[in-house]
Amino acid sequence: MQFVKDLFNFLSSPAIFFTLVIVLFFVALRTRRLWTDRVGTVALVAVVVYFVVSFFDPNFKKVVTAPDNVPIVGMLFLIGFFAWFSLKQAYENDDRMARGEPPAEKLETDEKVWCWPDLVYTELIALLVASIVLLVWAILIEAPLEEPASITVAPNPSKAPWYFLGLQEMLVYFDPWLAGVVFPSLIILGLMALPYIDTNPKGNGYYTFRERAREIALFLFGFLVLWVFMIMTGTFLRGPNWNFFGPYEYWDPHKLVPLNNINFSEFIWVRWLGTGLPQQWLAREIFGILVVLAYFLALPPLLARRWLNDIHRKMGAARYAVGIVLILSMIALPIKMYLRWIFNLKYIIAIPEFFFNI
Amino acid sequence: MSSEKEAVPGKVPEKAKGATPPKVSRRSFLNWIAIGWGSLTAATLVGVAATLRFMFPNVLFEPPSSFKAGFPDEYAVGEVDERWKEKFGVWIVRTTEGFFALLAVCTHLGCPPNWLAAEAKYKCPCHGSGFYRTGINFEGPAPRPLERARIMLADDGQILVDKSRKFLWEKGEWEDPESFLKV
Ligand code: FES
Repeated sequence: MQFVKDLFNFLSSPAIFFTLVIVLFFVALRTRRLWTDRVGTVALVAVVVYFVVSFFDPNFKKVVTAPDNVPIVGMLFLIGFFAWFSLKQAYENDDRMARGEPPAEKLETDEKVWCWPDLVYTELIALLVASIVLLVWAILIEAPLEEPASITVAPNPSKAPWYFLGLQEMLVYFDPWLAGVVFPSLIILGLMALPYIDTNPKGNGYYTFRERAREIALFLFGFLVLWVFMIMTGTFLRGPNWNFFGPYEYWDPHKLVPLNNINFSEFIWVRWLGTGLPQQWLAREIFGILVVLAYFLALPPLLARRWLNDIHRKMGAARYAVGIVLILSMIALPIKMYLRWIFNLKYIIAIPEFFFNI
Repeated sequence: MSSEKEAVPGKVPEKAKGATPPKVSRRSFLNWIAIGWGSLTAATLVGVAATLRFMFPNVLFEPPSSFKAGFPDEYAVGEVDERWKEKFGVWIVRTTEGFFALLAVCTHLGCPPNWLAAEAKYKCPCHGSGFYRTGINFEGPAPRPLERARIMLADDGQILVDKSRKFLWEKGEWEDPESFLKV
């Protein structure tokens, strides 16, 4: 038993766990056989059994049943269900269309469905159910109130509300103005811009995966891995002093994690060139600036010429430019996370003189 | 759906027939409009003014930004002193050469870090930034060291800490004599 727990604790160290999740995500997405009723049921039972068995572990139980964290457990099941459900329907439709049949939605009705009453009634019922659940919940579970707020003492760990834990996780790797201002705005604006960037009419009104596999994979990667998974990490795996803890690990406020973070400039000037850091900030940070510029300015045309040729042609220059910058910004997060975990890299560009760090 | 739509226009005149609309002259109508909009504007303005007033409270329950921190011999050499942390958010560090006052405000996003005596570091509970005893940042996302406050001796021989004057390492201000109290 202890061995299994240790194994799980070991696997949930950030770099390993994150890699596993990414690989699993892409493999699962492409494996048609997973998205059936049978596999769905098995997965559900497996997760439930996992939770029940793990409940006997006091450390696991303590974190999972904290009033703040109960909704996240619920979310785990909800998100899992909806991801499975939509992919199942998408793959079933793909099979139907491969056989030359119309998608299932076309059989249901071939006509327009009215907003009123069809949609509004469903929404009304959902609203009632959600209100009732919330009311009962609010009565049954006590609010997790803490001591009065103070500007000089904070609870340890200090966690944002659950829906911001993804952002808080980003803040570990980026400067506040990037993780707190630029990225959130980019996420919102990017989501609003999606219909103008991706004008492919395939999949309107019916589920499909094969007709737009790349788009769906990209979107779900951002949503499931970079947002939902980060919320889970922040909820269950981040403990005192914002250290990582395995699911069966005791939240020891004195856990020692050596994290000597180093800026990119120091890597170059001190470690590789063997000279000291230049005094002047531009000279000091020039390599980091070049790397970031290359990432956002040189990489898109290179990708367009080499690997994304067809996409570039279909989208046109303007759409491609906006889309690729958004995608690269998104990918920058996992890149920075790995750099931190593997090389202890702090900032690629660090200009504390102007509060500018990337 | 379509039959419902047709029923609606049929109903309207019938209802209108039943109620006798009062005679409203053009002038009184405009007067009422003016009164209505006028009072709405006035109410909004009062609301905005009240909100702005809210920004300037009559009393502020904030500790003063400068305080006396006792006599120098009350501090043990090599210690990070926590007695003013909760009230003023300041650590007073006694080194062999003297004193400096560190502000307990993380330079990442402003959370108050904790002093972990066993690990000899300040550690932020929000995103895990860590600082050495001197305030220099070494782990986590904090981009610059903790800030120091002005520290000097008052006339009565007590240590006086003034938080309104800050000394930033990255601007070379830790060299400033007021950022360090020599003994
Ligand atoms: S506020 Fe201290 S690490 Fe972010």
